[in-house]
Amino acid sequence: MAKNNMEKFGYTISKGRQIDYESNDRRIADYIFEREPSFRLCIECGGCSATCTTGNLTKFSLRELHILIKRGENDQVMNNLRKCMLCGKCTLVCPRGVNTRNIVVLAKQAFQKSGEYAI
Amino acid sequence: MQFDPFIIPFNIGLYFILVYVVVRCVIWFRELSRPDKLRLQRGFFGVAFIQSLKEIFLESLIHRKILKTNLRLGYMHMSLAFGWFLLIFFGTIEADIFGARHLNAPYKAIFFRFFNPEHGRMGFEAVYGFLMDLILAVILSGLLLAIIKRFYSKVVGMKKTTKLKKTDRIALTALWLIFPSRLLAESFTSGAYGTGSFLTGSLGSWLASFLPAQELAYPFWWLYSISLGTFFILLPVTRYMHIPTELFLIFMRNSGIRTGDKAGTYSEVQTYSCSSCGICIDTCQLNFSAGIKNIQSAYLLKAIRNNDEVSDIAHNCLMCGRCDQKCPVGIELSPIRMIQRRGGEPENVFRNIYNGYFRSRQTVQAEKSIVPANYNFLPESEPEKVDVLFFAGCMTHLTPSIKRSMVKILDASGLKYKFIDEQGGVCCGRPLMLAGQDKEARELINYNSQMIWKSGAHTLVTSCPICYKVFKESYYLDVEVLHHTQFIKMLIDEGSIKLNFLRKRVVYHTPCDLGRGSGVYDEPRKVLSYVTRLEKSNFEDENSLCCGGSLGNMKISSQKKHKIASDAAAELTKGKPDILATACPLCKKTFSSATETKVSDISEIVAEALIDNPAKKSMAKHYHLIKELANIS
Repeated sequence: MAKNNMEKFGYTISKGRQIDYESNDRRIADYIFEREPSFRLCIECGGCSATCTTGNLTKFSLRELHILIKRGENDQVMNNLRKCMLCGKCTLVCPRGVNTRNIVVLAKQAFQKSGEYAI
Repeated sequence: MQFDPFIIPFNIGLYFILVYVVVRCVIWFRELSRPDKLRLQRGFFGVAFIQSLKEIFLESLIHRKILKTNLRLGYMHMSLAFGWFLLIFFGTIEADIFGARHLNAPYKAIFFRFFNPEHGRMGFEAVYGFLMDLILAVILSGLLLAIIKRFYSKVVGMKKTTKLKKTDRIALTALWLIFPSRLLAESFTSGAYGTGSFLTGSLGSWLASFLPAQELAYPFWWLYSISLGTFFILLPVTRYMHIPTELFLIFMRNSGIRTGDKAGTYSEVQTYSCSSCGICIDTCQLNFSAGIKNIQSAYLLKAIRNNDEVSDIAHNCLMCGRCDQKCPVGIELSPIRMIQRRGGEPENVFRNIYNGYFRSRQTVQAEKSIVPANYNFLPESEPEKVDVLFFAGCMTHLTPSIKRSMVKILDASGLKYKFIDEQGGVCCGRPLMLAGQDKEARELINYNSQMIWKSGAHTLVTSCPICYKVFKESYYLDVEVLHHTQFIKMLIDEGSIKLNFLRKRVVYHTPCDLGRGSGVYDEPRKVLSYVTRLEKSNFEDENSLCCGGSLGNMKISSQKKHKIASDAAAELTKGKPDILATACPLCKKTFSSATETKVSDISEIVAEALIDNPAKKSMAKHYHLIKELANIS
């Protein structure tokens, strides 16, 4: 009741935005870290997203994907992962020499291996 | 005396390997697809059979291709293979002519001296004995080289020799023992009877002067027989299986069978035909520039033979195709690697001795992907009808100067063209294929094919060799696919564009996918020599280097890529050219950061040399205006 009244005055209650590290699943991230150490070098500059072939056509950002993987928000990762065309432009522009292409492939592999994500 | 127990190990080995090879060939033949079976049958009664015999003589015995690449290594292989063949061949004749009767069992020829110790005293017999000794001496010299190579590979001009597994070691020891034990056995027998020619005779008489030759000969005959038997029995589970398999491979290849996309008999025969000579290791840039020493084709094939985990090896390769060109056996190494990439993670095959001899066919099916690609977002396209399509490709979008140059050239040509991915198109699909994801690649291929088909164009020009290769090989298009170097060459020949001569010294770097991958060598050269002073480098055409930027390698770190690029650039710019020219946007990008020399794509050089035709240009500019005016009036 109080909530509705408050909204009349232009106040809203924003959704919870905290990241719950307890409930997040870092298995995918760990799998990638182990096999592609350059994943750690990412400074999230967004160069990869800027040049992305897929990103030009739809909502897709490799930078966002990296952050989501590291946070362990795997459901979102999986939906986005499917759009990548592996063209490799991101790897070429990366100022830190992150092997971004392999990260996408490894992420797919990691999902493949962890059975609970099976459709 | 026509029988002795010491021949038993040899006989067991010999008949085992003969039966085994026949059974194996029958299994392989049965697993062939129907068209391939027909090809093989047709080949058997056709020219292919004679060609194969010739090739078997030249390659399996003389080892012509290895001799060409590396004389000492070639001599080693030739002396062992051809020498052994001659020893058996002349030995059989010797046993037939001088033996007790004609048509002897094989062991009579192999152990001829034991059964005929008095043979070879004078006349024709002595001449024949001399020949046999000579052949043995040649083999022993080759064997000496082989032994030295095992420990100091530089002696035969090899930087590195292949690593061995345990059974390989036993078989290798047996192989090494065969000829020295034959030498000693024959020498002791000759010494005891005072026969033998320059090698066995002199060694024999010298040994007999202070050793009891008569007694010592017998154990060495046993050793000779045992080492032969061991070698034959271990042959199918070691790399020496290449000796019988290569014959089958040559015949299959001459009958017109190719590797294809799936693992099958042919890829397996090729896998077993590898002799681990190590030429692919020496030629690999990952080895000599990046220091990655365990992924070369010889190791890949070995890992497949041993049912080892190959995924890491298969993906860690630039797919430049240098080893394909150099392989003396002619194994299609890159297609085999692609098959392994498609296979995904192999299942662990239960390994026992039986599996070593009769390997279950590697039925590695790509698992059903649980992260299937989703390319629903691809926009519907309604391209206008044009004659010529220009597909820049992803990599060209990263090097905008190539894009601008191509637009300039296309404008100057006066052709009616459309730049289909001007606003950033869809990937051609080859990067996905290189990662082994063919199904996903097919979706992109279908999308692009539709777009090209709708435009009604008759020519498709692309400025990226990666796209060019996939358009040529994996698209089923009704258009002529041209790389921009071919297209520019055509424009020059037709006289559609006029070019200045630039006073610049240029070295051309052949991109892997354009040169070795698609066989386009001449056109870029002709275009360059038309507009510049083209100079030669040490790495031309088939022998060209890879820039290291290849999308083929999923695993390599950026530092190692850079190392390969700077090594290759340093080699190419030894003559201090003004420009390092290439025909690939990816090569350009990779080299630009690795060398001081200016790196240019051919299209950029041509665009620079372009003579503007002012009349034509202004006409094009005012074309719409004139058209509108015409409509109004």
